[in-house]
Amino acid sequence: MINELFYMNGYGLYVWSAFLFTFFSFSLLYIFIKIQYIKEKNKFIAKFGTLNSESAAIAKSQNINKEILSNTSSI
Amino acid sequence: MFKYFEPNKIFSITSRAPKYVLLFFVITLSIGLTEALILSPEDYLQSHSVRIMYVHVPAAWISLGIFSTITLLSLIGYIFKIKNFFLISKSLAPSGLVFNIVALVTGSIWGKPTWGTWWVWDARVTSMLILCLFYAMYLISWRIYQNNEKVYRVTAIITILGIINVPIIKYSVDWWNTLHQPASINILSETSIHVSMIIPLIYMTAAFALFSLLIFLMKYNTELIKIKNKGLDRL
Repeated sequence: MINELFYMNGYGLYVWSAFLFTFFSFSLLYIFIKIQYIKEKNKFIAKFGTLNSESAAIAKSQNINKEILSNTSSI
Repeated sequence: MFKYFEPNKIFSITSRAPKYVLLFFVITLSIGLTEALILSPEDYLQSHSVRIMYVHVPAAWISLGIFSTITLLSLIGYIFKIKNFFLISKSLAPSGLVFNIVALVTGSIWGKPTWGTWWVWDARVTSMLILCLFYAMYLISWRIYQNNEKVYRVTAIITILGIINVPIIKYSVDWWNTLHQPASINILSETSIHVSMIIPLIYMTAAFALFSLLIFLMKYNTELIKIKNKGLDRL
């Protein structure tokens, strides 16, 4: 059963390489986008930390900024 | 109506959605892979090599769907000056390109045992390669042009030119003599593949669609944070 699943009447190499290439591409894309996301979020947090109290209060009044600072780490 | 597409309004949803989408993707993919690799029967002519169809066909469908969506959004965005539509289009493009590449490579792998060659300059294969070039041009434009107005115009032109290729891809197998087989699944006429092969195809298509949604959400959130970063610079 296991041998048949891997060998597939001689087509195993083609079938498995097609599936592996697909999921390798998916993983690469996911990692790439995730790194971009973490980088931008860290940049945002760093910039937010450097704001003076007045500017920080203005920035915090926007819902989207609060969202970025609170829950976006959960992907 | 367009006010509901404001980034500030939808960020609270898009920032929470990815973890649920990822969960649904993993579940759907597990079912899809079990169906595609174990439960579905082999083809009487192509034997087990037919299983490549379960990654090749959904990838091709989704890359075509994403390009059509990008074109529609770019066009509406350009006419009605809705910047967020360009942001959505930009966030959709990376997964569209990857699905396009997957369709080409898995098609090439499938071609070797079926046609006896890895590559052929056949109408369907060549038009898919052209679509890949349009995806690349679209993404490169976002990197090249810093001026928003210019990048909106250039990307809208690229997608409008690229969309001409989409019906060519669809009907290439009917218009020309090609090695590529004609469409087996038709919405308006009779489908020529057995239901035992349609089920895994549906699951894999759903899984791939969920993956593109996941990538879109992550990329869209990244783009929004990038805009907010620029906003903090101005404070």
